Amino acid sequence: MTPDVTSPQQLVQLLDEQGYFADEGLATAAYLALSMRRPLFCEGDAGVGKTALAGALARVLDAPLIRLQCYEGLDAAQALYDWDFPRQLLHLRAGEAAGIADADRLEAEIYDRRFLVARPLLQALETTPSVLLVDEVDRADDEFEAFLLEVLSDFTISVPELGTIHAETPPVVVVTSNRTREVHDALKRRCLYHWLEHPDLAREVAIIRRRLPAATDALAEAVARVARVARGEDLLKPPGVAESIDWTEALLALGAHDLGADNLDRAAASLGAFLKYREDQERVVDRIAEWAAAG
Amino acid sequence: MSAAGDSDVTVTMVGFARTLRAAGVDASPERVQAMVTATSHLDVCRRADVYWAGRCTLCGSPDDIARYDRAFAAYFAGDVAPPLRRQTPVQVVRPIAVPGPQRSRRRRSDDDPTPAATASETEILRHRDLARLTASEREVVRRLIASIDPLGEPRLSRRYRRSHHGPLDPRRTVRAMLRRGGEPVRLERRRRRVRPRRLVLIVDVSGSMQPYADPFLRFAHAAARRRPGTEVFTVGTRLTRVTREIRDRDPSAALSAVTGAVADWSGGTRLGELLKAFLDRWGQRGVARGAVVVVASDGWERGDATLLGDQMARLHRLAHRVVWANPHRGQPGYEPMTAGMVAALPHVDDFVDGHSLAALQRLAQVVSGARSTHA
Repeated sequence: MTPDVTSPQQLVQLLDEQGYFADEGLATAAYLALSMRRPLFCEGDAGVGKTALAGALARVLDAPLIRLQCYEGLDAAQALYDWDFPRQLLHLRAGEAAGIADADRLEAEIYDRRFLVARPLLQALETTPSVLLVDEVDRADDEFEAFLLEVLSDFTISVPELGTIHAETPPVVVVTSNRTREVHDALKRRCLYHWLEHPDLAREVAIIRRRLPAATDALAEAVARVARVARGEDLLKPPGVAESIDWTEALLALGAHDLGADNLDRAAASLGAFLKYREDQERVVDRIAEWAAAG
Repeated sequence: MSAAGDSDVTVTMVGFARTLRAAGVDASPERVQAMVTATSHLDVCRRADVYWAGRCTLCGSPDDIARYDRAFAAYFAGDVAPPLRRQTPVQVVRPIAVPGPQRSRRRRSDDDPTPAATASETEILRHRDLARLTASEREVVRRLIASIDPLGEPRLSRRYRRSHHGPLDPRRTVRAMLRRGGEPVRLERRRRRVRPRRLVLIVDVSGSMQPYADPFLRFAHAAARRRPGTEVFTVGTRLTRVTREIRDRDPSAALSAVTGAVADWSGGTRLGELLKAFLDRWGQRGVARGAVVVVASDGWERGDATLLGDQMARLHRLAHRVVWANPHRGQPGYEPMTAGMVAALPHVDDFVDGHSLAALQRLAQVVSGARSTHA
């Protein structure tokens, strides 16, 4: 089932079929990640499609997407594996009830693979093929980075009671970061690095149209134009593609099919889907018509 | 692609990596090897393929990409790599005075020639204005600053530690049960770990702050050495992140590295604008979130004071606490009259002195949670 990807150009095509519009740079980076079996470290502003890339890659490869959302305090029991203590206890009790007196045998049995609960990193190593998404690694703390580094450098996990678990074929790994803090160099060195930019106008229109087939060309293009100007306007939180899509969807729900003069009220009313700061909304609200028409 | 066309690819890549290192990108041998591997998976004769193979493997941050683009354009156009490293600006760090036998003017009439001062002398030094120190006094003060341990106010971490009291630790309890044949012999308990909050220091290095910028940066050095998460920025006519430079173990070496990185020593100040730059680029993304932020400045704003007020309000919403250290505050009869200071003060949690060693020690207490009186 898995199609062989033989060039970045072909990957662009395959991603396109899955509804993800990759430019040459991103496709090359992703292609290298596939062929070199190296994790792909994606950085960029929120809403440029870092997480969506992992989903699209999984669909291209017809592999399950295994996602690990990072947060402070994430530990090995939540990211790697955990023992299923209740089941182990039950097993112990059942053994006693059945009259098994051999304590050593019972103990050996409770540390069996079937009592091990696989968390995302172990799941990814045990599933072939698979795409592992380590999302927002900058939200995790140093302790987590250290054991992520260990897993990503040789794709093995050692369980003291059980031994080392090795991936037959390493999973495709996408690590994303919003750059809220600097991720350690050692981790970046093991990855391919790609910085994602906001898409250009034509690509953004295509993305909106693909995600919302009900949107007219005029609406998608007007929203994309406003988004493009807004990103250059020094706002507190520049809108990402995700916001453009949300806004288009909101406008559609309100019955707007372009950003012409008679729809400006609707545009102003739904601006909250696009800009998430009051200060930004105030700066933009009177200029929507002007920006939507900007070349 | 004339450079790669006829000669050995690896040699070309290694030469390119050298150009890149000269441009300030950390193209380590490990990364270069990755680039060679990457190009082998692509078409070595396509300019775009070589470009992306290099960018994915040799760059590690968005700052690297601009340098990479310049180096790539220059190297593969056959140009000699231009020296891209910023020219060293005027050196401001003063040479270190060797603690000599000469005595300072103010020292009392004992015969001890070493500046390793007695308790009462240290006490006098502690309160002396940092701008009016003799060379040997400055040396003593520098050493004392290095011994300050500024630690961010504690917060509860999401990680747990073992404890005798507190809520039950299910995992450890059950694990212990398994060892004892399933009997709950002992209940294990846990508590949240306590971690210091991140410290962010923004040091004004403009002309009016000149005698005080050095001690503040040394204070920042003491903090950054002890806590790796500490972030240090300088503001003057532009914003510079000096977190990397200031990490050198030796304070003087760290300070000269900072001097090398900061291009606007002793210029004017556009605090509001630079604070905005800080918040846009770093603060809002996460550096200032939940942190203790110290602004060390006299509040002399060349630009628009309203902007400064707005940005301070923004900073205040992001940070856990905002501390403003003003070296002029400690002087008798000081009133916060400058427009910048007036605009900033409503958004400051603690307004403290910054003119003496004692004030810096007090600052260290304030950032670790001791409350001070608001002006």
